[in-house]
Amino acid sequence: MFNLNKKDLSLLIIVAVLTLFAPFILNPFPAGSAMAQFNAGYPDLMQRFVIFGIFAIGFNILFGLTGYLSFGHAAFLGVGSYAAVWMFKLLSMNVIPAILLAVIVSGLFSLLIGFVSLRRSGIYFSILTLAFAQMMFALAYSVLTPITGGETGLQLALNDPRILGVSQTAEGNIPVPGLFGLEMRDSADLVIGGWVFTFNVGYYFCALVLLASFYLSIRIFRSPFGMMLRAVKSNQQRMNYTGLNTRPYTLAAFVISGMYAGLAGGLMASMDPLAGAERMQWTASGEVVLMTILGGAGTLIGPVLGAGFIKYFENIFSKINDNVLHSWFSFLPDGLEDAVVFIIHPFIGKGWHLTLGILFMLVVIFLPGGLVEGGQRIRGWLKNRKTKDNGSASHETNPAE
Amino acid sequence: MDAIILQILNGLDKGSAYALIALGLTLIFGTLGVVNFAHGALFMIGAFCAVTLSRILTLSHTIIDETQKDFLGNPLKVEVPYVHDLFGQATGDAIIDWAVPLSVLFAIPIMILVGVVMERGLIKHFYKRPHADQILVTFGLAIVLQEVIKYFYGANPIPTPAPAAFKGSLDFGAMLGFDPNLIIYPYWRIIYFGFAAVIIGGVFAFLQFTTFGMVVRAGMADRETVGLLGINIDKRFTIMFGIAAAVAGLAGVMYTPINSPNYHMGMDFLVLSFVVVVVGGMGSLPGAVLAGFLLGVLESFASMREVIDIIPGINQIIIYLVAIIILLTRPRGLMGRKGVMED
Repeated sequence: MFNLNKKDLSLLIIVAVLTLFAPFILNPFPAGSAMAQFNAGYPDLMQRFVIFGIFAIGFNILFGLTGYLSFGHAAFLGVGSYAAVWMFKLLSMNVIPAILLAVIVSGLFSLLIGFVSLRRSGIYFSILTLAFAQMMFALAYSVLTPITGGETGLQLALNDPRILGVSQTAEGNIPVPGLFGLEMRDSADLVIGGWVFTFNVGYYFCALVLLASFYLSIRIFRSPFGMMLRAVKSNQQRMNYTGLNTRPYTLAAFVISGMYAGLAGGLMASMDPLAGAERMQWTASGEVVLMTILGGAGTLIGPVLGAGFIKYFENIFSKINDNVLHSWFSFLPDGLEDAVVFIIHPFIGKGWHLTLGILFMLVVIFLPGGLVEGGQRIRGWLKNRKTKDNGSASHETNPAE
Repeated sequence: MDAIILQILNGLDKGSAYALIALGLTLIFGTLGVVNFAHGALFMIGAFCAVTLSRILTLSHTIIDETQKDFLGNPLKVEVPYVHDLFGQATGDAIIDWAVPLSVLFAIPIMILVGVVMERGLIKHFYKRPHADQILVTFGLAIVLQEVIKYFYGANPIPTPAPAAFKGSLDFGAMLGFDPNLIIYPYWRIIYFGFAAVIIGGVFAFLQFTTFGMVVRAGMADRETVGLLGINIDKRFTIMFGIAAAVAGLAGVMYTPINSPNYHMGMDFLVLSFVVVVVGGMGSLPGAVLAGFLLGVLESFASMREVIDIIPGINQIIIYLVAIIILLTRPRGLMGRKGVMED
């Protein structure tokens, strides 16, 4: 099915099941219970999971396959957001044209930036992309304020000339983004016992886009084109010596990943129709690098895992405070309880970035392949143990080998 | 004419900071071949050394002063810094006032220690790994260091004033025969520039005129051969890492009166310093210094009213623009050597 081999198909199905049933999976605890704060099944967060998942999948096509480390990818996400919001302002509140424009505009930008940056490789490429992204950020923040809204960001207004729609609703509100009548922020609640599951239109829209982009990325990974990109990563010089010009391939990869970023940006604006320059800052680019590495660069599922992991723990860790900790460790004697809370305190709440930084360093140092490699190692270890048991048994039966 | 001189002067102090950080970055890159994204964090730690020292100096205890009464007639509680007890009031006040310059002495051993620990503890294990891994791990380290500082010192900028003797400005224009008040320049910025010049000169002299520096230069040129001659080059490179950290740290210490230090100042400078290093040429020390001052001055020219009127927003992007142009036309940077980072 879908022209995929069995392994990839099962991977796609796993991702499909995970995303489509996410409202259930992410809400394992009853609404009123003490553990409810670990629930992540609310629309806003779920949307962020899939949107950053798309962003990271796209980044992985560039970094994972070709090894070119771009430090400016957030710029394309920002451009996509701006394009989508402009489409909402000028054309209609339907998300399809907005997202299309976002992808096209970010594709054009990445074509231009990629064409220039890909003339160099290694650290120089990183610095060039960083320079371009910072330039775009600085311009969006200052001079381009009429287009980008500057510091306040680009927002919808009541007097927007929406050609294929209304400037304001009958009640005098700004209309919300939708898909042929389905509003993105509509949700339905399903209450089963103590559990509340929220199904959000916007989330499912994003999830379908994620599945489509994931499928596309599998196809790219398995195509001759993907093979060519991997060859660039392992030895570009040899490729050049064989008389092959690698530039078109790397440029194509760069543009594709830029378009993925634009898609993510467009979706972000569709869920919440505003766009700000801070989305383009280089720390935002750093974040997607973290996601890809943490999940496992060069693997299919890694970036999605990394994005979900970072966004989930960012959300959960920032919610935990000292009171929560005290209630957890209340079984310990008083002095010990205070000591434990005191030790954990710097890593939670506002200290989430510290935890993230340490985690990231540990991953880079010990698990360069990210979470995926971690999983493989655990699986390999389990298998080894199993075969060792079997092996010692079979060893006695046929020693002739 | 006066406007041009003013902009050159304005560019010099920022250029000094760029040059110092870029110098440290290049020292690390040239010796160990490591791309250190945590270098901005070292700059920041240096700045917080100054904050820490001034906090230590103003540590006080409360005494009850019988001679002074508050409005209810009770004896007034007065905070007395410990340095007053140790050195007497006048000397104590002077020491507190001179906290920033004193921090230079305080910061040197700390920064060398931080640098050596960083190199031995972390970076050493990354020599054989790809450049991307080095970038990533030092990037992670930068986040960690920044968050640790934020945890202890808070997120707000902490003002650390220069000594009273250096407050105020020099009327530079009057000295050159222009009208008074046309070109005025704060004393501390002159000090900063002078300080940067001394440090840069010191590093170059150290590399050029000492045996240690000679060995290090030889190691930069051909590490393997130097190792084969029976010289423990790793140990010397570790020390160079400490020195590079100290250079970045001192740049931070002296920068505190110009800009109140906050936890993300390192990241802000880091991106620009990398651009400076690349423009100067990876691995070229004179290139780093030259590019630092050049870009600093260019940046301040671009923020002139007349220039902004012609090309709006140019002051925000000039550095990146120059970097892009230079990288595309002179791939090795201004003074880059052949064969360094050419993959």
